Amino acid sequence: MDKRSARPAREIVVPGDILDDSGAKAGDNTYTVDGRVYAAILGVKNRNQYGVGVIPLGGRYMPKPGDMVIGMIEDIGSSNWMVDIKAPYPAPLHVSEVPWKVEFGDTSRYLNVGNVVLLKVLSVDEGKKIQVTMNDSGLRRLEGGRLVEIPYVKVSRVIGKSGSMIQMIKNLTDCRIFIGENGVIWIDGDEKNAEVAVQAIEMIGEHAHRGSLTERVKEFIEKELPDAGEVGE
Amino acid sequence: MSGTTDMILVNKDGKRIDGRTPDEHRDIKIEAGVLANADGSAYVEIGKNKVLAAVYGPRECHPRHLQDPTKAIIQCKYNMQTYSVSDRKRPGTDRRSVEISKITAEALEKVVLTELYPRASIDVYIEILQANAGTRCAGLTAASVALADAGIPMRDIVPAIAAGKADGYVLLDLNKEEDNFGQADVPMAIVPSTNEIVLLQMDGNMTREEFDKAIEMGVRGCHDVYKLQKEALLNRYSDGGDSDE
Repeated sequence: MDKRSARPAREIVVPGDILDDSGAKAGDNTYTVDGRVYAAILGVKNRNQYGVGVIPLGGRYMPKPGDMVIGMIEDIGSSNWMVDIKAPYPAPLHVSEVPWKVEFGDTSRYLNVGNVVLLKVLSVDEGKKIQVTMNDSGLRRLEGGRLVEIPYVKVSRVIGKSGSMIQMIKNLTDCRIFIGENGVIWIDGDEKNAEVAVQAIEMIGEHAHRGSLTERVKEFIEKELPDAGEVGE
Repeated sequence: MSGTTDMILVNKDGKRIDGRTPDEHRDIKIEAGVLANADGSAYVEIGKNKVLAAVYGPRECHPRHLQDPTKAIIQCKYNMQTYSVSDRKRPGTDRRSVEISKITAEALEKVVLTELYPRASIDVYIEILQANAGTRCAGLTAASVALADAGIPMRDIVPAIAAGKADGYVLLDLNKEEDNFGQADVPMAIVPSTNEIVLLQMDGNMTREEFDKAIEMGVRGCHDVYKLQKEALLNRYSDGGDSDE
């Protein structure tokens, strides 16, 4: 409760609302007409040292270079794979961007349709052509496990303050979890535990805008898995 | 506009058959985010009109030849359910629905920041569940709320309303009887922040003075609709309060 009053009330804005008319810099998801900054998207008004912007409350994931994403192979070409990363555009993964030496036309021996991969966005050009890579530490194909999808804007809530939320879920359920910045989350663990982890993450997706989320998720997991906590320590 | 009647549409006290004054719109109810599987959605009731709008995208544009390398395209589909009117409507696309789809998409293109999503397509589906005159305005009103709900960047929300003339009076937001037996119908939509007109049609006859009065009345009506659209979007997120980030 104290925390709540300490922060300025969050103000929800709709497209066309005036955010600032005193010459502040235009931030994300805004547009300017005659020196006035307007909101371009439904979201929460956010003023910081860089200017005034809007934090979106929903919408499609738009890839940025360096984003860690989880995708599913959709199609196989002779020198690339098409990966669905839940963006408005297709994301080709070229054979030169995988850690294996792939012969021309031999792509399906390494990755097949339906395989799930952990990737990094390599580049997005002005024409919104995306390239993704698997050539970085930790990037690989994810075998087994299950996928959960949440709106990408809620990913930061799943991770929590310096990773507190996700660390808590990992400890209590003893699952291996990877979070893609596109809102796709991969979970692998013991059947019952994984199920609870999935439900916990879906719960975060639904109630992300409510307060004291970490405690409530913790309560939920402890109720579902009474002997949790011991496994992860 | 077509038929004649001995019905008195506006009585001598200036009251209309549903009890409204000439510059009063029907009761409007707007709800955002009613469909779980669409990226954005809205449900609108204007009087006896019931309209559902759903938005998908931005997503990859199919068929490919419709793609625009400089901006996103807006594909709109306006559809009336067979049970939306008193005589069963023959299902499927007809000349009227093609026209309304086109003008709706063009009105929305003026406000959506399409240049942010080259080659993509934003798909808008408008379903008329129940019709009682003014469905194109209700459809556009619903579609723009659904677009905002889908988190699509846009300059403003577009409200739409019709003005018209019946029994010699200039009226706002015609109902079925006034539309059928009146002299003119002027549906319009504006961008509230600049008062730009993004949709304007006219069916019937009016003098220049009456037309000017209808436009003025319509702009005021649009601002009323806009307030309700905004409220609907804010209501969607008002339940939770704070976040503890």
